[in-house]
Amino acid sequence: MSGIYLDYQSASPVDPRVARFAQRYLTEEFGNPSSLHSAGLRARAALEEARSRVAELINAEDPSSIIFTGSATESNNLAIRGTAIRNAGKGKKVLTSAIEHISVHNPMKELQKGGFEMSMVPVDSSGLVDLGELERMVSPETTVTSIMYANNEIGTIQPANEISDVVHEKGMYLHMDASAAAGRIPVDVQRDGIDLLTLSSNELYGPQGAAALYVKKGVRLQTVNPGGGQERGLRSGTENIFAIAGMGEAARLARGEMDGESARLRSIRDRLIDEILMVEESYLTGDRTRRLPHHASFRFSRIEGESILLTLDAMFDIQVATGSACSSRTLEPSHCLLAIGLKHEEAHGSMVMTLGRYNTEDQVPVIAEAVKKTVGRLRELSPL
Amino acid sequence: MAQQIGYSKKVMEHFMNPRNVGVIENADGYGKVGNPVCGDLMEIYIKVKDEKIDDIKFKTFGCGSAIATSSMVTEMAKGKDLDEAMKITRQDVADELEGLPPQKMHCSNLAADALHEAIKDYQSRKEGAGIK
Repeated sequence: MSGIYLDYQSASPVDPRVARFAQRYLTEEFGNPSSLHSAGLRARAALEEARSRVAELINAEDPSSIIFTGSATESNNLAIRGTAIRNAGKGKKVLTSAIEHISVHNPMKELQKGGFEMSMVPVDSSGLVDLGELERMVSPETTVTSIMYANNEIGTIQPANEISDVVHEKGMYLHMDASAAAGRIPVDVQRDGIDLLTLSSNELYGPQGAAALYVKKGVRLQTVNPGGGQERGLRSGTENIFAIAGMGEAARLARGEMDGESARLRSIRDRLIDEILMVEESYLTGDRTRRLPHHASFRFSRIEGESILLTLDAMFDIQVATGSACSSRTLEPSHCLLAIGLKHEEAHGSMVMTLGRYNTEDQVPVIAEAVKKTVGRLRELSPL
Repeated sequence: MAQQIGYSKKVMEHFMNPRNVGVIENADGYGKVGNPVCGDLMEIYIKVKDEKIDDIKFKTFGCGSAIATSSMVTEMAKGKDLDEAMKITRQDVADELEGLPPQKMHCSNLAADALHEAIKDYQSRKEGAGIK
């Protein structure tokens, strides 16, 4: 790949070792794990192998607590709708934070149509969940509380353990979306006291098309996708063995390499933040220290994010993301940036850089210089 | 250069090399549309000679299409009779740019409006001067 890719949160390359490992499941080991013949059994073995590797990454008590799905969105839907509907007899309240991914907010909005009550816990200016408000809002009727482990737009890591304590005092289940966090920081469902946890394959350098939901033993949930009864009846549909096997191998590699790789990225990232904040009227979004190691996010006054993205791409071959309204399908500014207290005009000027495997220290001055020129150029065009 | 999502080559060309950027001191007309809360703000300045647009400049805060449409409208209006320039529509600007993504047709395609505002401003100033 040419240029400097800084959007690993949106899509990551598959690790070549993972690709080599999983390739045979495309062309040779193509059996259906539900078949009883030897080809089916080999596919079943691959599926269970992957399940164990994913369980190990998050210290799940048993591999059978891992349910494979097709995407993190699907995992979030199963976790939220599956528990809320199954336990509606105990209460019809669902709770989340104001900065969740839309694949958490939208299933809850769907539940509202069925008579459920959805509430959102506010966050502070760095994106941390207000624990006092959480305590006030969670009730015995709250069947599922969904808080992301770490945020994809501002990088802020939530205090999972404290959230778990507060939620379990009165409420029922805690679901955490760890798509952005797993493989980058240690996520331990037993230590953190998590009932349901979403994981994404591609965030671990595995293929797209696989994700997982950890379901703690004893958690009552029902399928939202009925059919042939695969994945303990919770997610019907023939398993995507290629992607799942790849996710398992990616989880195995991530477990071994996470500490070193995260330390390397954190050091590059810290330098990048220091350099970019030298630009006038630039601000970090999210928390400086309680932050994913690969994550750097900013806002710039008087300019707009889509223009930043386009200029960096077209002029400098640097790929970034933005929470600007103008780059979204809905043309609404990022609800996450508004929730941390930014005004609309401030949220428009956002830029998100997420680092990964192929970023190196020597790219930092190149990136910083490109950002400086881009911001300067757009400010010359700006009437503000 | 990477293929840009949804933007034509022409849009990217104007975005990367915008024409007529700047401010005209002592402009004969000034138009402003949008606001930073919505993510787009455009200002157009015109200098008029013999009821023709003799010079035109813009400044824009906004996304790729906001900047490209601003640049395009200045290019289309320059040298035109005022009544001709008044007839330039948002659709004309989008067409000249070989199209805009559908979601950008409304919010970020205000440049023709800014031009019309500038012409109206010129005309009302002229009427104002006539009364004196």
